[in-house]
Amino acid sequence: MELKDKLLSSFIAFEDNVDVEHAVHNIRSAAIKNFELKGFPSKKEEAWKYTSLNNIQKVDFSIFPKGDVDIEYKDVKKYFIHDIDTYKIVFIDGVYSSHLSETTHDGVDVCLLSAALTKPMYAQVIDVYFNKIASKDESLTTLNTAFSKEGAYIYIPKNKMPKKPIEILNFATGNEASLILQPRNLIVVEENAEVQIIERHQSLTGNQILTNAVTEIFAATSAIVDYYKIQDDASTASLIDNTYVDQQSKSNVSVHTFSFGGKLTRNNLNFYQNGEYMDSVMKGVTILNKKQHVDHHTLVHHIEPNCESHQDYKGIYGDSATGVFNGKIIVDKLAQKTNAFQQNNNILISDKATINTKPQLEIFADDVKCSHGCTIGQLDEDALFYMQSRGIPKKEARALLMYAFANNVLESVRIPELKARVNGLIAKKLAVNLGFDI
Amino acid sequence: MLTIKNLHAQITDKEILKGINLEVKAGEVHAIMGPNGSGKSTLASVIAGKEEFEVTKGSVVLEGEDLEDVSPEERAHKGVFLSFQYPIEIPGVSVTNFIKTAINESRKARGLKDMPANEMLKLIREKAELLEIDRKFLSRSLNQGFSGGEKKRNEIFQMAMLEPKVAILDETDSGLDIDALRIVANGVNKLKSKDNAVIVITHYQRLLDYIVPDFVHVLHNGKIVKSGGKELAMELEEKGYDWIKQEAAV
Repeated sequence: MELKDKLLSSFIAFEDNVDVEHAVHNIRSAAIKNFELKGFPSKKEEAWKYTSLNNIQKVDFSIFPKGDVDIEYKDVKKYFIHDIDTYKIVFIDGVYSSHLSETTHDGVDVCLLSAALTKPMYAQVIDVYFNKIASKDESLTTLNTAFSKEGAYIYIPKNKMPKKPIEILNFATGNEASLILQPRNLIVVEENAEVQIIERHQSLTGNQILTNAVTEIFAATSAIVDYYKIQDDASTASLIDNTYVDQQSKSNVSVHTFSFGGKLTRNNLNFYQNGEYMDSVMKGVTILNKKQHVDHHTLVHHIEPNCESHQDYKGIYGDSATGVFNGKIIVDKLAQKTNAFQQNNNILISDKATINTKPQLEIFADDVKCSHGCTIGQLDEDALFYMQSRGIPKKEARALLMYAFANNVLESVRIPELKARVNGLIAKKLAVNLGFDI
Repeated sequence: MLTIKNLHAQITDKEILKGINLEVKAGEVHAIMGPNGSGKSTLASVIAGKEEFEVTKGSVVLEGEDLEDVSPEERAHKGVFLSFQYPIEIPGVSVTNFIKTAINESRKARGLKDMPANEMLKLIREKAELLEIDRKFLSRSLNQGFSGGEKKRNEIFQMAMLEPKVAILDETDSGLDIDALRIVANGVNKLKSKDNAVIVITHYQRLLDYIVPDFVHVLHNGKIVKSGGKELAMELEEKGYDWIKQEAAV
């Protein structure tokens, strides 16, 4: 059976396990209809020109995991930012793990979407926010919406800030030969509230995993949200990440995406600026080798005046790795005095590595500052010689240059322990001892 | 210490060095002067082992060891240091981290362990003081946004840290105001000893007022056409290079 058909027929089984009378189920039903109509995107579509899902569709994925698999904290400790205290929302094969998690209702809600979707006390928030910014049209987003049931639910009331950062971890155990996971996260940050979130998808075996995730983030007036995505998954795990951000006036939302692993990764990152005097920050470091593929599709929609957006993506591609950066900026006619900056710099360290990079600007206002730049280069030979002449071997010199190239994206990371962790991942990915403390 | 014999070098089939002979002994300061395009910087790069230049004939020998096929980093480990005319900017790597890496790589090559952190810190402080470099400067990205003077001071700071046997200063005076020139020259003079040697490459005599050479060589069209004592530099300052060119043409 084709994967699409399998998913469609699974939806009927899925309905047996959810409350079909609940208002949310109307949203799911509409979503599955859209997916039925659209199916998986093909390379004929402009947005999927460089990323093929053909091979993924050939895999006979399990849609529902067999159930309780337990893992011990000591076996997965390294995937947590364990050197600081955090709230943790942990899923194993899509199922909430209470013993690995640390949730809270102390002034803020850091808990489960499954609870929020079913308990009356959350009904109002769900009614106002759930699926309000996620696309009702994009096929993979609607596929996730159709099966939406579990994920992280984070609600930060007005003027609040959780005591510590929040980690969302999705582990896949390989209990199934191949498995689809569809986590659904809802993050609502009310006026003048603040939150820091670190998200990670991690397969623990070499079995095939496809994660099709959707995260909705709502940042109210003057809210601050820092979201960090660590993508360092096993070489048999693929990820399609759909993140939608709704921002109100004076809010500041940043999303950092660190892509070092996985087989195929597609990041659809969408910002909608529904207010004035705000800033949207999108940053990424991508370091790939072997046959890895990462596709960053960003969108920032400037709807109202006096706002800023900053995009800075750096990529290093070795072996036969392929990368895509497509950065779309829309500036509406109303959105005067917009400052939109976009930068994508890439280094190819192998003849077989490929990067396709494309800025896509649609500007309808006349008093705006928009800049974009993309570069593709090799490492600077003069810089290498300079470092060698000081006694640094070529291999280390190359690594140091690449490290430096990627490093300035990390300057805006506001959790020092996370910055150190990502620095370590960069050093590991570049297979080098940098010779100094990071 | 450093013996250069009949050195020929080319880049993309264009011969730039056409038979250089030079003998530099420990404790000596040599100045290499010459008009633009005479091959001064090429000579410096070839000694440091830049791979773009192909040595077609002759040899560079350091303490009895032919440096042919020795990589730039190995030359550095053996004691060759080149102060760049145009130091490269490396954003994201601080001056401190860069020099730490360089020192520890050199130690590794000699079979030594990393220098203990407190020892490293002490050494950095001591050498920074010598070059009148303040602490804030050390945490800045290497050469990024540095003034001409800061770049050159940083080069000599690195030289002070690495303690080379043969230091080649390529146009170290260019882009320096008089105060920076004095600081840099003072640093070099303090580092000089009977066990090391300095080769100063310069277009002008100015730097040689501060770093006084034992020998002055004039490079023209890829060859040393005249050698003498420090008075030769004065003569060049006075008369320019034309008479050398004419003499060489005869």
